[in-house]
Amino acid sequence: MMRWVLPILMWAVLTASPAFAQNSVDEQRARDIGTQLRCVVCQNQSIEESDAELAGDMRRVVRDYIADGASDQEVIAYMRDNYGDYVLLKPPVQANTYVLWFLPALLILLSLLWFLGRARRKRPTAPAPTTLTPEDKTLLNELMRDET
Amino acid sequence: MNLRGLIPLTAFAALIGFLAFSLTRDPRILPSELIEKPFPAFELPDLADTQTFDISLLEGRVSLVNVFGSWCAACVVEHPQLMALKNTLDLQLVGIDWRDNRQSANRWLVKHGNPFDAIIFDGNSRLIVPLGVTGAPETFIVDRNGLIRYKHVGVITPEVWTKTLRPLVESLQVASLQAASLQAAPL
Amino acid sequence: MTVEIGHIALILALCVAVFQSVIPLIGAQTNNSRMMEFGDRAAVGQFLLLAFAFVCLTLVFVASDFSVKLAALHSHSDKPLLYKISGVWGNHEGSILLWILMMAGYGAFVPVLGKALPPGLKARAVAVQAMLGVGFLAFILFTSNPFERLNPIPMNGNGLNPVLQDPGLAFHPPFLYLGYVGFSLPFSFAVAALLEGRVDAVWAKWLRPWVLIAWSFLTIGIALGSFWAYYELGWGGWWMWDPVENVSFMPWLAGTALLHSIMVLGTRHSMASWTVLLAITTFALSLIGTFVVRSGVLVSVHAFAVDPERGVFLLALLGLATGGALTLYAMRSHTLRDTSPLSATSRDGALVLNNLLLITALATVFLGTFYPIFIDAMDGAKISVGAPYFELTFAPIMCLLILFMGIGPMLKWRNDSLKRLRRPTLISLLAFGVIFALTALFGKSILGAIVLGLSAWLAVGTCIALGRKTKWSLKGVRAQPAATWGFVGAHLGMAIFTAAATSMSVWAETDIGTLKPGESLTLSGYTYTLQDVTGGKRDNYDYFGGDIRVTKAGRNIATLSTERRYFPVRNQITTEAGLRLSLGQTLFASIGEGDPEGGFVVQVYRHPFVVWIWLSALLMALSGFVSLADRRLHLPKREPIE
Repeated sequence: MMRWVLPILMWAVLTASPAFAQNSVDEQRARDIGTQLRCVVCQNQSIEESDAELAGDMRRVVRDYIADGASDQEVIAYMRDNYGDYVLLKPPVQANTYVLWFLPALLILLSLLWFLGRARRKRPTAPAPTTLTPEDKTLLNELMRDET
Repeated sequence: MNLRGLIPLTAFAALIGFLAFSLTRDPRILPSELIEKPFPAFELPDLADTQTFDISLLEGRVSLVNVFGSWCAACVVEHPQLMALKNTLDLQLVGIDWRDNRQSANRWLVKHGNPFDAIIFDGNSRLIVPLGVTGAPETFIVDRNGLIRYKHVGVITPEVWTKTLRPLVESLQVASLQAASLQAAPL
Repeated sequence: MTVEIGHIALILALCVAVFQSVIPLIGAQTNNSRMMEFGDRAAVGQFLLLAFAFVCLTLVFVASDFSVKLAALHSHSDKPLLYKISGVWGNHEGSILLWILMMAGYGAFVPVLGKALPPGLKARAVAVQAMLGVGFLAFILFTSNPFERLNPIPMNGNGLNPVLQDPGLAFHPPFLYLGYVGFSLPFSFAVAALLEGRVDAVWAKWLRPWVLIAWSFLTIGIALGSFWAYYELGWGGWWMWDPVENVSFMPWLAGTALLHSIMVLGTRHSMASWTVLLAITTFALSLIGTFVVRSGVLVSVHAFAVDPERGVFLLALLGLATGGALTLYAMRSHTLRDTSPLSATSRDGALVLNNLLLITALATVFLGTFYPIFIDAMDGAKISVGAPYFELTFAPIMCLLILFMGIGPMLKWRNDSLKRLRRPTLISLLAFGVIFALTALFGKSILGAIVLGLSAWLAVGTCIALGRKTKWSLKGVRAQPAATWGFVGAHLGMAIFTAAATSMSVWAETDIGTLKPGESLTLSGYTYTLQDVTGGKRDNYDYFGGDIRVTKAGRNIATLSTERRYFPVRNQITTEAGLRLSLGQTLFASIGEGDPEGGFVVQVYRHPFVVWIWLSALLMALSGFVSLADRRLHLPKREPIE
């Protein structure tokens, strides 16, 4: 047994101590909060997903705050005070993120409008561009025959 | 050539511009959210475990607070610079020994020298999240009122010291001298 | 010696590529058939030289020749043979070599398989493909030479990043690159067509198989990556909207749009300019992906070792290739203007709508991925855009797409009326309602019910579309061309995928606890008991771990073996999750820090239908290959015109 306890002790320096809340309700809350917070060193994982030591520290701070009776918003606000907007995986809706949040909806709207406008426009059928050689044309007609 | 055909090219040129700009930035460096804010409150032992420090440690003097650990490779690179600062200016050097154990930290300080006036032992990362630290080394300049005035991420090179940190520290000291003389004036 | 020969082969390949990018072009311009044919031979020659260089590099890794810097940095003599070989592309230089090899391979396929192509178009495409080759060969030779020697020679290598020591590395990057790089051919053909000044239905027919091949490989590559992340990273996620995942997904979205717009061009002779633009964009997105992964502008868990010089070079490459193609587009696009009328209620209209929605989805992913860079450039602020953003923006767009996907394929080309669709729509709607009601009742999630209902709507709609094509007769079924089966498979795959991804995000369950051996956790009726934990040393790492027995009502369900590994060479820890995959639900457990006295952190998961995420992606990819068999894609051999 001792033979492999040794390497584990050596790792202990490298890994954060395990941290999770004592009851499952708090733990569930902590995990929901954790998935919204970015591990600021591993940079694209939430603190719940990351193996990094700092993520472990941040997880513990979240649980400490919950144990002290802080609300979800208070915990997130605290992290935001320390690490800035960067720590929020869901960017806040504010002046510099309006484009981020609303452009997709605007694009959908514009493309649907364009589509309807384009489809309604009745124009005389222009002859197809005649860059096709006669040979290609027969080829193409052959190809298109069985398209439904 | 018509204008509509130019739209994709223009958009692409703008994108290339942004990407070129982003090459000049290091995405790992986060600006500190704590500039001009008070140093967070704490209550932690010193490295020798003989006394407990709190925020009063940082009041009354301009301090340089350096986050280090015996496990941190870059700290070794930075260390000579800190050693050179020892006893040069009226600057309190405070170390935060982070995620460490006392034996290794002491051994490390014996080997590389101890520049610090005070060392806060933070084996369990209590101060790290409140300080918004992402790694070691990181350095904070704290004024005599306990306000964080500057944060430097990474190694303090001689260049960083002479160009950024030293002027700031000196201006803070002048400010504190002036404040002191203002207080002294009525007498 | 192997090293020097390999290096020389690389240099020769660059020389061949330089000639290949000039001579056929002149030949096409002056109608000189011998100069055009030179391109054919050069394309094959370039590929053979690169294949040779690649074999040389592989030999270096297999022989653990640490006088080569790359092998010293990324290999280790203790490594199993499979990882020595896959280690060749587990690093920046080697993976770029693999990229170039594949690009040359696709280029060599053009003369071999494209005998029916008009010689001018073929010569120009081969030349453009060679220009891309020149760019990348210069990149590898000047900034990332894989054959660089090291002096003094180290005793042993640094080892491969432990996360990469996995069969996943052997398969994920090659497939991903086959997809990424595969889109270089549509790009080259688009540029060649612009040079020629003709983009027509014949061109579209010719392009389609290459788009299908690239798209199918990319689908497999992304799915493999997702599966690999799922079992390797040990926290049970299959997609995290990481920038590097996003940049592999963006060419997929663009490629999917391209696949559909080519159908319109091929049958209705419209959307020419748009299709050309999409072909350019798709490969540009692949290049942007390469830039992002290798330049370090976006930090991600996948990023390679970062070097700003390489970033500048890649950005220049991206700028030249895409900028050049778009300049050509700007000069020629007015000749490709669409004037044919578009009916909203026709297959053409549905496909235009499909393209609009796919491109909006693409723009959303693009925006989310690059917004941190934009905002940093604008006002220096640092923000993160993570999974919650994409779930709120991308997912609704896809739902809208699925809504239209359920009806679009039933429409006829040119013009159709909604009246004809009333009955099928009602049947699909019924399917939606039934699934919605059942899911809302038993699954207790309205959101999950809506999306599962949409999957049913799509699946039923696809089947009805098939039925109408076959005129509901067995004879009709037999007469269907391969492309029909490709369509059915891909759209059903999409329905299954949507259902599986939704189940995962709505009904996945997890629990965590500190367990001493013999203790257990209970998660929705399943009891996870930690057995003996043992540790020791294996190959090139230390480990500890144990079995977790899963029982339900006293009945043995599975034994999950999970391990935590420490790699001293790299000072890195990985977690091997224990999982039991099954079509219904996947049970998943991973062990974390701890010791025998205090217990070990154990996290357990129950993931419903997660396997179908990858199976459906596989179905989509296979459907792409099935479509390739369509006889309408095989053009008759053209007699050379003198």
